[in-house]
Amino acid sequence: MAGASAPASLAALPGIARAVPGPGDDAPVTARVALTVNGVRREIDLDLRTSLLDAMREHLHLTGSKKGCDHGQCGACTMIVNGRRINGCLTLAVMHQGAEITTIEGLGQPDALHPLQAAFVTHDGYQCGYCTPGQICSGVAVLEEIRAGIPSHATGDLTRPPELSEAEIRERMSGNLCRCGAYSNIVEAMTDYAEQASGSRA
Amino acid sequence: MKSFTYERPGTPAEAAAAMAQRPDAKFIAGGTNLLDLMKLQVEAPSHLVDVNGLGLDAIEETPEGGLRIGALVRNTDLAADDRVRRDYGVLARALLAGATGQLRNQATTAGNLLQRTRCPYFYDTAQACNKRQPGSGCSALDGVSRQLAVIGGSDACIATNPSDMAVAMRVLDATVETVDAGGTGRTIPIAAFHRLPGDEPERDTVLKHDELITAVTLPKPLGGVQVYRKVRDRASYAFALVSVAVVIQPDGTGRVAFGGLAHKPWRVEAAEGELPRGPKATASAALAGAAPTPDNAFKLTLAERTLGAALKQARA
Ligand SMILES: Cc1cc2nc3c(=O)[nH]c(=O)nc-3n(C[C@H](O)[C@H](O)[C@H](O)COP(=O)(O)OP(=O)(O)OC[C@H]3O[C@@H](n4cnc5c(N)ncnc54)[C@H](O)[C@@H]3O)c2cc1C
Ligand code: SF4
Ligand code: FES
Ligand code: FES
Repeated sequence: MAGASAPASLAALPGIARAVPGPGDDAPVTARVALTVNGVRREIDLDLRTSLLDAMREHLHLTGSKKGCDHGQCGACTMIVNGRRINGCLTLAVMHQGAEITTIEGLGQPDALHPLQAAFVTHDGYQCGYCTPGQICSGVAVLEEIRAGIPSHATGDLTRPPELSEAEIRERMSGNLCRCGAYSNIVEAMTDYAEQASGSRA
Repeated sequence: MKSFTYERPGTPAEAAAAMAQRPDAKFIAGGTNLLDLMKLQVEAPSHLVDVNGLGLDAIEETPEGGLRIGALVRNTDLAADDRVRRDYGVLARALLAGATGQLRNQATTAGNLLQRTRCPYFYDTAQACNKRQPGSGCSALDGVSRQLAVIGGSDACIATNPSDMAVAMRVLDATVETVDAGGTGRTIPIAAFHRLPGDEPERDTVLKHDELITAVTLPKPLGGVQVYRKVRDRASYAFALVSVAVVIQPDGTGRVAFGGLAHKPWRVEAAEGELPRGPKATASAALAGAAPTPDNAFKLTLAERTLGAALKQARA
């Protein structure tokens, strides 16, 4: 996709709209970004500065993902990109051309809750709910990470697959802060969901 | 955030060439450090060169029996690699002690090595900071310096390097491979990669503007027991106050590097001869000449005790 020189490769990027800004020039530069969001292909024209989080919230009006800190410090913006959880606030939408993105809206809907959403309801895994979409996207991915054998700081023996324990869940969820302090109920909801999921797989 | 243009080249040569054309450009990898700083206008590049399309994401065995880690290998994948878990445990442990699952999924090997300091004044554009704005002064020298360096600092800057991974890379004697716009490659020993601040604190490393990191190479496995121990203000998701990476052999000899103490991972090879004599002897040799502030003098005691705990863990 890139040419030999900067301007050529810039031109090769679909729809880059403006030339190089000069000194003191802060006019927006835009690009057309194509993403598959919750299974649907979307194309949007974005200011290059747009984070993946803002692309979801402000442009696609998927407001489930929340902005807590905008600096990678709280996890409220956690979404699943090509199968992995990341912070939507610390990445640019334009860096994800062609990516598959799952937000909370893609995991479940009010009339068809994801099993982890249902477990959050059963176990009171929230109070105000602001951190919850991020917690649930993170939680779904955490259980996949444990199944895939990815170790964590809480893993005792690095040469063996990690276990599904409370200590593992707590450590792996440490990137999702909850100002209401619903932590212990979140761990219960995740444990319950993990047990259901492993039951249905067995 | 200031406006910028963007490109995503397909080869390392094109990426380095793109940088050479634009003195105000920056490479972007995971973006987890650069975008954070761009939002605060601590960094304000007018052009971004996205390195995610360069295909530098493999971990390969070297003819010498070591591992060559592509610059774009994500922190999660490096920590999860079976060879790293088996033969370079201190590296897997250091990675897993850093940041969060979400951030490690995005953060890359090169980006982690080049992450900038967490000095609070560097982040606050209303304060003087020689690293952010050369010549403006250093607010930390008589400010809040609890997190800052106790050794190797200068009158211009007492910032620390915040990377956990770099401490493990230092104890393992990794080398950094680069290529520049002229196509010239370099192999830089990790010991010579990060700089002390001196009177140019704006330069964290010896890299040139158009120099792209292509890989980080680990020598053949050292064996021994490998431990990374990190002390921080909360149990997870916090930067180190002090950290210790050790590799201890059955005869009690070994290696040690410290994090959280200096502008670079702190390792004094000459002090390692003291390891069989214990943490006090080793820490005093490694940290001779330390010049802490009243706020961070506790780090010297903490470093010795953390080393003691790491050695105990290694010998258990
Ligand atoms: C809330 C939070 C907590 C964190 N906690 C920790 C922690 O506890 N321990 C820890 O170690 N880290 C921690 N981090 C930092 C994290 O590890 C770094 O942000 C990450 O490793 C940077 O990698 P990246 O790929 O995202 O880099 P980027 O942000 O993309 O880039 C960082 C720098 O590297 C340059 N660069 C990138 N790739 C190349 C290349 N191939 N060649 C030349 N230059 C290149 C960029 O130009 C930029 O200057 C934390 C971060 C956050 C936001
Ligand atoms: S210690 Fe370094 S980074 Fe911190 S204010 Fe001083 S010059 Fe800036
Ligand atoms: S909004 Fe992204 S981590 Fe807080
Ligand atoms: S439920 Fe309120 S922040 Fe978590």
